Amino acid sequence: MSTIQAARRCTPLNAIHRALGAKMVDFAGWDMPLHYGSQIEEHHRVRRDAGMFDVSHMLAVDVRGAQARDYLRRLLANDVAKLTRPGAALYSCMLREDGGVLDDLIVYCLGGGGFRVVLNAGTAERDMAWMESQRAAQASEVDLVPRRDLAIIAVQGPRAREKTGAALPLLRAAAEGLAPFHAVGADGAFIARTGYTGEDGLELMLPAAQAVAAWQALAAQGVAPAGLGARDTLRLEAGMNLYGRDMDETVTPLETGLAWTVARTGGREFIGARALASRPAARQRCGLVLIERGMMRDHQKVRCAAGAGEITSGGFSPTLNRSIALARLPKAAATGDPVEVEVRDNWLKARIVEPPFVRQGKVLVTL
Amino acid sequence: MTTPDNLKYSRSHEWVKSEADGTVTVGITFHAQEQLGDIVFIQNPEVGRKVKQGEECAVIESVKAAADIYAPVSGEVVAANQEVADSPERVNRDPYAAWLFRVRPSSPGELAGLLDAAAYAKHAESEES
Repeated sequence: MSTIQAARRCTPLNAIHRALGAKMVDFAGWDMPLHYGSQIEEHHRVRRDAGMFDVSHMLAVDVRGAQARDYLRRLLANDVAKLTRPGAALYSCMLREDGGVLDDLIVYCLGGGGFRVVLNAGTAERDMAWMESQRAAQASEVDLVPRRDLAIIAVQGPRAREKTGAALPLLRAAAEGLAPFHAVGADGAFIARTGYTGEDGLELMLPAAQAVAAWQALAAQGVAPAGLGARDTLRLEAGMNLYGRDMDETVTPLETGLAWTVARTGGREFIGARALASRPAARQRCGLVLIERGMMRDHQKVRCAAGAGEITSGGFSPTLNRSIALARLPKAAATGDPVEVEVRDNWLKARIVEPPFVRQGKVLVTL
Repeated sequence: MTTPDNLKYSRSHEWVKSEADGTVTVGITFHAQEQLGDIVFIQNPEVGRKVKQGEECAVIESVKAAADIYAPVSGEVVAANQEVADSPERVNRDPYAAWLFRVRPSSPGELAGLLDAAAYAKHAESEES
């Protein structure tokens, strides 16, 4: 074993991935499964039945204290004031003063004035430093508690909730009764009807010591282990941005299809609000479907009547059996417009479509 | 058996089979398809194209990445496997049956410079990190 591998961080499920023969890769310093044999097969299992992902590398942070709500209303571009009941969840960006995206996250209302945010693994340390500096700047009475004691298993697919209920009877009532984008505590776990695949499903946050037993119980119900490879093609088909590829601190949410997550009303001043108001978006996020044979990849150039742009996430769509991409294009580009993509020295024909490409097992774009 | 003894191999992970008619059949090794993951697109050279040893002449795209396929010997492309181009997953399932193209070598001496199974197995192992 090389020193690089030895230095990778491991989730509580690492030994299971290795026992299953997963191809392990370095993801943001974590030793994570890319696939367990066939990424495409895992993708189809999630679209058609149920699959599970170890996403314990993501960081849950509990935000508590008398000023937690006020603190998050300033910290996040979406407004936690919308979370009026314990268990309600919200997707949001966290912005810099200049409107650039530091991270995208889900924030859950825990009740009792507390919240839980779940951060991307690759940005978790920077996010924590930012959140602590903002807390200091506001002199907030806020506790920030990173929850590395939790494992997170995302169970996704049309049969995910049913199979979770069968595998984990103590969570059955919660699994069956949850409304979309809501969460509830049950039997020491925190279970949310959220995900990153465009399918129905759950994200289970469990004490690390319970993760292996839960994974095995889910496997016994026929929930297929799925790796980061399938997670990426599923989210791409679902038209969901991936931080670090489709957006980063050089891009505002208005330029990457996330204007709907920016709450501009409500009489509050969030970090980045002024910059967003004074900096009209010159670019937009578009979906692309490749018409000719070939494969679109990240960073390939795009040209169209409206001007030049770039692919931010390109790849193969197992559901559509062709190449799809998310791209950043000039504001004037419109759905239906023909474009050309530079694929290995050739300009191939593609067309602009409105993401998502696939949701809930259904193809939503015309080919 | 992931490196059959009856084949020759290039350091860039193509396998080469000498046929009775003097042509050679080319594919990619078990090791290569394993590194690539699920293969979803193959662009073969056109029949009639003259290739030089080491020249890029085909492209394989997997869910993960694009990989250039190099001509293991110089010569003329005399066949390309359209069935495999239509069902690229066959390269993952059986890389030594799912051949890509055939070449009529112009410098048959080049074949002697390719690796045998044992040497290739060692080479592939040394590339795994």
